[in-house]
Amino acid sequence: MDETRPIFIQIAERIENDILSGALPEETQVPSTNEFAAFYRINPATAGKGVNLLVDNGILYKKRGIGMFVAGGSLARIRANRREQFRAEYVRPLLAEATKLGISRRQLADLFSSEATDSETIAKDTITKEGAA
Amino acid sequence: MSTVIEVAGLTKRFGKVTAIDDVSFTVQENKIYGLLGRNGAGKTTLMQLLTGQEFATNGSIGVFGRSPVESAQVLDRICFIKESQKYPEDFSVKHVFRSAPWFFGGWDSAFAEQLIADFRIPTDRKVKKLSRGQLSAVGVVVGLASRAPLTFFDEPYLGLDAVSRQIFYDRLLEDYAEHPRTVILSTHLIDEVSNLLEHVIVLDEGRVIIDADAEEVRGSATNVVGARGAVAQFVGGRDVLHSEAIGGLASVTIAAVSPDERRAARAADLELSPVSLQQLIVRTTNSSTKEFEQSA
Repeated sequence: MDETRPIFIQIAERIENDILSGALPEETQVPSTNEFAAFYRINPATAGKGVNLLVDNGILYKKRGIGMFVAGGSLARIRANRREQFRAEYVRPLLAEATKLGISRRQLADLFSSEATDSETIAKDTITKEGAA
Repeated sequence: MSTVIEVAGLTKRFGKVTAIDDVSFTVQENKIYGLLGRNGAGKTTLMQLLTGQEFATNGSIGVFGRSPVESAQVLDRICFIKESQKYPEDFSVKHVFRSAPWFFGGWDSAFAEQLIADFRIPTDRKVKKLSRGQLSAVGVVVGLASRAPLTFFDEPYLGLDAVSRQIFYDRLLEDYAEHPRTVILSTHLIDEVSNLLEHVIVLDEGRVIIDADAEEVRGSATNVVGARGAVAQFVGGRDVLHSEAIGGLASVTIAAVSPDERRAARAADLELSPVSLQQLIVRTTNSSTKEFEQSA
């Protein structure tokens, strides 16, 4: 937990990350507020605030008497939101840092394509291994 | 949500010393409060007043709607774990846990047994033979297992090791989730407990200087670091909580900034970083900073 940002926002982000990664598929039940509180060692009211933030955004919904569930279409919605943030949070700082270090746009493009090749190889390896298993 | 404690204009003087200076606040039911502040800020005195162990010089205290002084109805619902609790001279640890249910209607002996095992408390030993940490553990067990509707912990973990402190935090959270109650935790170890707290009251020199939601306090201040001139320009006429400089670099703590200001700061090559609860409290209760500002 990052000490310096509102914890309920971090909780909401972590639940979103779990939905993005597939750990929490759509229409499955998410842990209760008290379970989140115990797991992350935070106040249950704070955990509740994080969960409610996602309910307000339509990512989670409540089944009365049962608990919270991941809403259908959440994955696509979170992805769309995160893509909007991607430019401001990743691309702009990256370009600013590259400029500071005197890395040209062309060098940057080369870096991207070589990194992409590496990670594709890794991804392929993983897929092959999974296929073999 | 109902109010458990209501304090108005409360003052406590010991001779010439004003320990609590015209303090007013309320405590809501079933929340975990942090009562924070430096040594001598008045935390213990305030808790003694709230539990009827000291008489107020001025002002009013309502606990569960009435004065706590000599009120069995109020005191029955309170558990106050002190930093150095005194026990009868020849008490063994067993005696403490056997007599606790006489005072606390909600005492859960199975829970107490579990906690005693968790903290590895030797129950056959005399209380006066316990180590400082074990003595603190006894207090923590009493405080948790009493399940009092209003529980005070005054620096409950003197001498407790890191493992035991983590057990305390974990059991407190678990049990609080199952059995909601009002908890007031007074501590210096702000970083360790900050995530457990729902509300924060900060005392300094007998006065309440912060009384706010813990989430609100977190993220209410920002550090600005960068070239001296650029920092000064960005900060402008804002209230400065803290400032320091080395060479051409300056670091200044101010109130939180808006996203627009954040962009402006980035454009000016300033680094913005949030301030943790502990740092914020250090900065707001550090008198040398205040003097620095006044002289500046």
